[in-house]
Amino acid sequence: MTKEQQLTATIADFISLVAKRLPDDVFTGLKELQREEKQPLAQALYQCIFDNLELAETLQRPICQDTGLVQFFLRAGTQFPYLDSLEEILRQAVLKATEQTPLRHNVVEAFSEQNTGTNVGTGAPWFEWELVPGSQALSFDVYFAGGGCSLPGRSKVLMPSEGYEGIVKYVFDTIVDWGINACPPLVVGVGIGTCAATAAVLSKKAMLRPVGSVNPDPKAAVMEQEMRRGLDRIGIGPLGMTGSKSVQDVHIEFASHHPATLAVGITVGCWATRRGTMTIQSDLSYEIHSHKQQKRKNGQEEGI
Amino acid sequence: MKNVLTTPISDAMIQDLRIGDVIYLSGMMATCRDDGHRRRVESGISPAFALEGMSILHAGPIIKVRDKGWEMISIGPTTSRRMEAFEAEFIRQTGVKLIIGKGGMGPDTAEACKTYKALHCVYPGGCAVTAASQVEEITGVEWEDFGMPEALWILRVKEFGPLIVSIDTQGNNLFEQNRVLFNQKKEEEIQRVASQVHFSHG
Repeated sequence: MTKEQQLTATIADFISLVAKRLPDDVFTGLKELQREEKQPLAQALYQCIFDNLELAETLQRPICQDTGLVQFFLRAGTQFPYLDSLEEILRQAVLKATEQTPLRHNVVEAFSEQNTGTNVGTGAPWFEWELVPGSQALSFDVYFAGGGCSLPGRSKVLMPSEGYEGIVKYVFDTIVDWGINACPPLVVGVGIGTCAATAAVLSKKAMLRPVGSVNPDPKAAVMEQEMRRGLDRIGIGPLGMTGSKSVQDVHIEFASHHPATLAVGITVGCWATRRGTMTIQSDLSYEIHSHKQQKRKNGQEEGI
Repeated sequence: MKNVLTTPISDAMIQDLRIGDVIYLSGMMATCRDDGHRRRVESGISPAFALEGMSILHAGPIIKVRDKGWEMISIGPTTSRRMEAFEAEFIRQTGVKLIIGKGGMGPDTAEACKTYKALHCVYPGGCAVTAASQVEEITGVEWEDFGMPEALWILRVKEFGPLIVSIDTQGNNLFEQNRVLFNQKKEEEIQRVASQVHFSHG
């Protein structure tokens, strides 16, 4: 086996794991929501969710049939030795994972509207790159962008006079109008920037942050907490069927913005947010950051 | 006691069910989503599987092809609202009695459920392995040219559920009722949160 094949296999196996098991932060967050839930129907739905997670683990199958369009958010060391071939390696890893897991075929070519049947196509898997100067390692998030939870996504450029209040209204309108169909409790990512594109990208990065994490900027942290509290009080509940809470978390990521614009983007993840984070060293040793808990019996997590 | 409906479904079997009721289904269903609805309604082509008195599931499964037949790996519901543009006409043309999906549907579907006596039910979204374990057999596939998610997979299911009735035969719509409730609370909460985030350099 060549080093490239070894790297491909490592990443393919990780993609398969992400399909079958929730990341630790999402699992723990859902457990907490289940404990706090008071309404009987909502409690029954949480039980369905945890029964399904356990069955997926036992049978080694994807948690949800919609294994999404695979996206990579790469933080690549400029000295990582496989940079030149990395996109091809990741495409091969998706092909391999599609076969071995198996993943659903979710890549439809634009205009011809033909499903490629491989999960690889034009711009699929999707790559977002950041370079890390001097590093020999590759870190990345892999995310399954499902259809249902991609549907509420949107971005808009507000007038600065609409202020952060306008951002709140845009987020709340979106979550109540579309979020209730996107398998709540949702992870809500909000991006703030200059134009529709940067706000959208930042909202995706916000959504990918671990559940329970807080923005280091104090005002952003207040806004995260207040929006979470406000959405929770609406009582959307699991799967939009009403309940004690609404969301897993609300995250904000921002960039400075043009004085004449205040753009907002929204990206949400469903209850089954399937995200994995790993770091691979130049010798191909690796560490999985997102899935450290061991076997989960009867819905209880066990640390390593 | 589980309330289990068995196909074929008659009007009498469902006319007293109301939104929020929980039922299970045994018998035959076909998966049908965006492309299947469009072909049936726009092109008027009927699948060989007769839908009258049967159920459809808004879902695109993961299926493993075996030497003989298929194995259901994972099958959860997809967002029903995408099918709103076609569902009323689909119900009228096919006589389907149970539409199963995720999230709510709109006023046209609710009106059709009332007129033609049908139900829209919600299967818990994302619970796709549990749902797969309730599929006894994949008896066939039609319109395979759509690809794996969009093809019509014909399934025999046993106690498929829980199914929460979201539109009943009187046209009551659980998600619309919830939406009104959520919207009332939303306006209050927007006001409250907005008052906490008046950030300016002023």
